[in-house]
Amino acid sequence: MTKINSKIPQGPLAEKWTNYKAKQRLVNPANKRRLDIIVVGTGLAGASAAASLGELGFNVLNFCIQDSPRRAHSIAAQGGINAAKNYQNDGDSVYRLFYDTIKGGDYRAREANVYRLAEVSNAIIDQCVAQGVPFAREYGGTLANRSFGGAQVSRTFYARGQTGQQLLLGAYSALSRQIAKGTVKLYTRHEMLDVVLVDGRARGIIARDLITGKLKRFAAHAVVVGTGGYANAFFLSTNAMESNGSVAIQCYKKGALFANPCFAQIHPTCIPVHGDKQSKLTLMSESLRNDGRIWVPKKKEDAEALQKGTKKANDIPDEDRDFYLERRYPAFGNLVPRDVASRAAKERCDAGFGVNNTGLAVYLDFKYAIDRLGKDVVTDRYGNLFDMYEEITAEDPYTTPMMIFPALHYTMGGLWVDYELMTNIPGLFAIGEANFSDHGANRLGASALMQGLADGYFILPYTIQNYLADQIQVPRISTDLKEFEEAEKALMDKMKKIKAVQGKHSVDYIHKQLGHVMWDFVGMARTKESLEKAIVELEKVAKDFWSNVRVPGEVNDLNIELEKALRLADFIDVGILMAYDALNRKESCGGHFREEYQTPEGEALRDDEEFNYVACWKYTGEGSAPEMIKEPLNYEFVEVETRDYKS
Amino acid sequence: MEKNINFTLRVWRQRGPKAKGAFESYEMKDIPTDTSFLEMLDILNEQLINDGQEPVVYDHDCREGICGMCSLYINGRPHGPKGGVTTCQVYMRSFNSGDTITVEPWRSAGFPIIRDLMVDRGAFDKIIQAGGYIDVNTGGVPDANNIIIPKEIAEKSMDAASCVGCGACVAACKNGSAMLFVSAKLSQLNLLPQGKAEASRRAKAMVSKMDELGFGNCTNTRACEAECPKEITISNIARLNRDFIKAKLKD
Repeated sequence: MTKINSKIPQGPLAEKWTNYKAKQRLVNPANKRRLDIIVVGTGLAGASAAASLGELGFNVLNFCIQDSPRRAHSIAAQGGINAAKNYQNDGDSVYRLFYDTIKGGDYRAREANVYRLAEVSNAIIDQCVAQGVPFAREYGGTLANRSFGGAQVSRTFYARGQTGQQLLLGAYSALSRQIAKGTVKLYTRHEMLDVVLVDGRARGIIARDLITGKLKRFAAHAVVVGTGGYANAFFLSTNAMESNGSVAIQCYKKGALFANPCFAQIHPTCIPVHGDKQSKLTLMSESLRNDGRIWVPKKKEDAEALQKGTKKANDIPDEDRDFYLERRYPAFGNLVPRDVASRAAKERCDAGFGVNNTGLAVYLDFKYAIDRLGKDVVTDRYGNLFDMYEEITAEDPYTTPMMIFPALHYTMGGLWVDYELMTNIPGLFAIGEANFSDHGANRLGASALMQGLADGYFILPYTIQNYLADQIQVPRISTDLKEFEEAEKALMDKMKKIKAVQGKHSVDYIHKQLGHVMWDFVGMARTKESLEKAIVELEKVAKDFWSNVRVPGEVNDLNIELEKALRLADFIDVGILMAYDALNRKESCGGHFREEYQTPEGEALRDDEEFNYVACWKYTGEGSAPEMIKEPLNYEFVEVETRDYKS
Repeated sequence: MEKNINFTLRVWRQRGPKAKGAFESYEMKDIPTDTSFLEMLDILNEQLINDGQEPVVYDHDCREGICGMCSLYINGRPHGPKGGVTTCQVYMRSFNSGDTITVEPWRSAGFPIIRDLMVDRGAFDKIIQAGGYIDVNTGGVPDANNIIIPKEIAEKSMDAASCVGCGACVAACKNGSAMLFVSAKLSQLNLLPQGKAEASRRAKAMVSKMDELGFGNCTNTRACEAECPKEITISNIARLNRDFIKAKLKD
């Protein structure tokens, strides 16, 4: 029986982290040099962790799937990063950021973790400024803020529409500094393919050198994975092409618990899908909702004319426009959280009010902001986003409203971790989007960057020492151990098996099939029937993969199709796990919407009696249903309420 | 409504760094003009795989113009026919039926070819490691608003910081110079009060690493500026030269 101990410190909420730090064990400088830590991933979480651990004096091995750490997909985050600085004097505080995040997550996150996140948020901004991150500023030279969905204060710091890029480059510069000092050794174009356990502890990884195709063994006293989320299980998502869920599945298959896999975020403001050749979806920053107004026509005949192309957006007069978010949610209006905004768009489109030829789009209109603020101010705030939109769609958002539709964007679920960010496998840690810890059932905008950097700069460097303090007598681990040999052999066999299929479909062809099943049956609106069907269909996709996939080239060589095939096999497993979790959770909360469980107004209907827990899934072998273990969520400090963004 | 086009694609194929490369021609049929250039290459690869051949290898990741992973000369221009965008943001509506489109990897001594259209840009990481950072550890820093930075300075720093490290500047330069890349990072940091303390040291360290890695000199042809997908200006190079001369005078 797998035991779950979340290791939440005792004491009042606001003192837990302080108490933890006061009592945790540390490792002295001489011992740090003798301890090796593997950090997989170089996004915000991975790069900030590797840099900070290197600064502390540990011997760090850092792995990067791309040609440079600077490419990690954190770079694409546009809007901003939250912090409880209260620089605007608008009533913000650590408690309010904590409360907004817990509420935004629909009361499915741990109080203690979220409070700690809010607590360290301010230090992140200080750190980034010290590194030279060029945040937006007021004329007086102080930092500027903007507001974001799910909050009534302006607490979001930003660098134009490129906040993720600038924060990542900050972490990358800190990482580069440690590489130069020799505390971090960087392996680019290396992909982790398995975690190696020795006597029940994580002691290393097998990685594939993507240039030579060779498998390599790496050993360490602890393994940290910061490998992001698994949204690409849907094929079309806002994630980068190489973003994958494979490391989470590798750890899961070695015994790590996978928590809340069904909590996936559908982002409301993406450019709608066109055609069947599309490879990914592009997000338009949520910050656009600050000044853009979302609408569809009030009259069905107008919607039909827009779908046929006989009318244009600007032909519809103001009085015939339905600003449905402002209508339904007067208090938050266009700034409701992402899950609420996404479902409202789907509701209007399902009712036949979609505005493009597929009927799957709504307008995001800047006419009103341009009238109110002038074109220059709008350009200053959103110019680069408007340019990007025009590149993709060949339409000018200054004169024609943007068209948007929800798309898969982020996964709140991930590897289960305790308060110390350690999985249930001793010595295996998960940080950033790869873990499940802080966002509950829905993540608020500008909170992913906050969590990635909180984990990497300010939490893991403390908590990992509490584990490593026990390990100072352990000599460097040898990669000649039989556990490494066995893991490597199993991987070689798996790659040869994939190669040997020699079927008739490319990896992408099968991945698209997977994506259709996920979107149709495990997407924005789920039912018992759709999820049961999904499990059957996903098993068919798995069978199709193992009997029909075609991978050209050699196993022991640079082979882009083999890389994708290995990831696809894992995405299918992720999909099945998501379906099981969604089927089990007979309630609607955050990004998880079960049609059977909704209020008469169509809002998500939670069931706190039955489902106020983290669903932790345990691997039970190939072809066997996973086992679910509950971690109860005990709300001690916040009253669990129905989320209300109306008043 | 978008239409479909037919064209000939000439793609550079090369097995490895030392292998001899050559152009291969492929006839592309019925390509929708609202597909991106990289999606068009995906279509080609799908065809190649279905025909039992190996796909064309090229670097790409975010496909929204920010990661800097995609490269490619398209008809002789880094990142294709339109200014101010990366290759992943080029759409087929920029081309016509009957065109011949030539696709090559970055060609520069600083970026050896790995396979086909994929090159090794590791030299850029090495330049950053030489000094492209502010010497500060995690923790123990002042409150963010204790450092007052005039908006104008912050904006200039941000202009320079928007470099995506794609290498188009090097690829565009007849001397294979990395001056635009280096000067963008130097400008971002040296303009800010936080970066001033190490401004001289940083300039010397990054320039000498760039020279050591075999990048050429700047002769002010401005080709880099013209092809930079983020429209980084050569005024950054002027700033680098000032910082570098100042640093050398102090020696």
